Amino acid sequence: MTELAHFDFKGLVIILMSAVFVNNYVLSKFLGICPFLGVSKKLDQATGMSIAVIVVMLFATAVTWPIQYYLLNPNGMGYMQTIVFILVIAALVQLVEIALKKYVPSLHATLGVYLPLITTNCAVLGVTILNIDEQYDFVASMVNSLGSGLGFMLAMVLFAGVRSRIENCEAPEAFKGLPITLVAASIVSVSFFGFAGVIENLFS
Amino acid sequence: MSKLGILTKGIIKENPVLVLVLGTCPTLAVTTQASNAIGMGLAATIVLLCSNIAISALRKVIPDNVRIPCYIVLIAGFVTIVQMLVKAFSPALDEALGIYLPLIVVNCIILGRAEMYANKNTVGDSALDAIGMGLGFTLALFVMASIREVLGSGTWFGMEIPVLIDNNISIMTLAPGGFFVFGCLIALVNHISRGRAIKKDSFGCAGCPSAKACGKLGCSECAAQEDKV
Repeated sequence: MTELAHFDFKGLVIILMSAVFVNNYVLSKFLGICPFLGVSKKLDQATGMSIAVIVVMLFATAVTWPIQYYLLNPNGMGYMQTIVFILVIAALVQLVEIALKKYVPSLHATLGVYLPLITTNCAVLGVTILNIDEQYDFVASMVNSLGSGLGFMLAMVLFAGVRSRIENCEAPEAFKGLPITLVAASIVSVSFFGFAGVIENLFS
Repeated sequence: MSKLGILTKGIIKENPVLVLVLGTCPTLAVTTQASNAIGMGLAATIVLLCSNIAISALRKVIPDNVRIPCYIVLIAGFVTIVQMLVKAFSPALDEALGIYLPLIVVNCIILGRAEMYANKNTVGDSALDAIGMGLGFTLALFVMASIREVLGSGTWFGMEIPVLIDNNISIMTLAPGGFFVFGCLIALVNHISRGRAIKKDSFGCAGCPSAKACGKLGCSECAAQEDKV
């Protein structure tokens, strides 16, 4: 079994902060671009989608991490990672949806519509695979997933605001619609550069 | 449609990246170097070819209501094979593509082609469609990566370019440069093809397997898409 990296409280805070700000999933790792550009038109939709993503990311990590370390690795089947993870995520999304519908119908009414969209969201599969690649232990993996989810939310909410301003602007004909949105995303992503360097020096 | 038409439509007229706007994540992420872009494009093309052939061959066997999970399993299997091949024969490429190699599973182009083309057409046509779409994807990645590498690092396939190497705009190889170049390329395509290509105002839902669920959000594009279908 590979050696796992363990972190003290400070280390965990750094993982959380860098997942939210520096290594933001959307703006610096380019994961989850489709929902970022597709669902960020209105603020309430952006928030709903991001909460659903956070929930699924946490559940997915909580399930896939033990599968990798207690089922796949001991049996020498680490190469099955991709297949197993995507199936687990797909099944999990269905389960979460059924459970919400049965037990918390009010929450299902608000979040339910976003859940089916998440199966093919590369941010969720991405975070589970990255946790294994980085050899985080279970706690660090959960913290990293939470941070990634929060980072996704931050990017979505910020961008929903930016987009509502763009809608009223007069862009050149060829740039109307998607191109101008991408250029705006580029500028938002520049603003995240400001956080680089802050996190490493958080405790010094 | 003629066989040649099926093959070539993916390359320019229905280019998956620049016209259909699918598979944006790898497009933005791996296009920092032209060689990575070619590697990613070919890996995705192989997966797309295998999955299109398999899905088209099995289209009468797979029950309609569990087809998406079946497609995902097939695609994930092919991705794993490609992943192992790349790891074995080109460790440097594996290092460069990193997490984006397994993420081909959730690339909308592959599931999108399965859903839109392979499950309705013969094996031969699906294979041609896959080759065309794969080449279109590779071409778009290559163009974008060339722009970013030449401007950002002053090199092309690792070869130094005399004047640019001293005047590189390093932000082009970083995240903002990716968004910016992609936006400009789509604008250019819009400009050139004005009216002739499929008009693309926003993110399309045609290729997105979740389009039906998404329609519930009241998203106008999805609703329009469903009307057309």
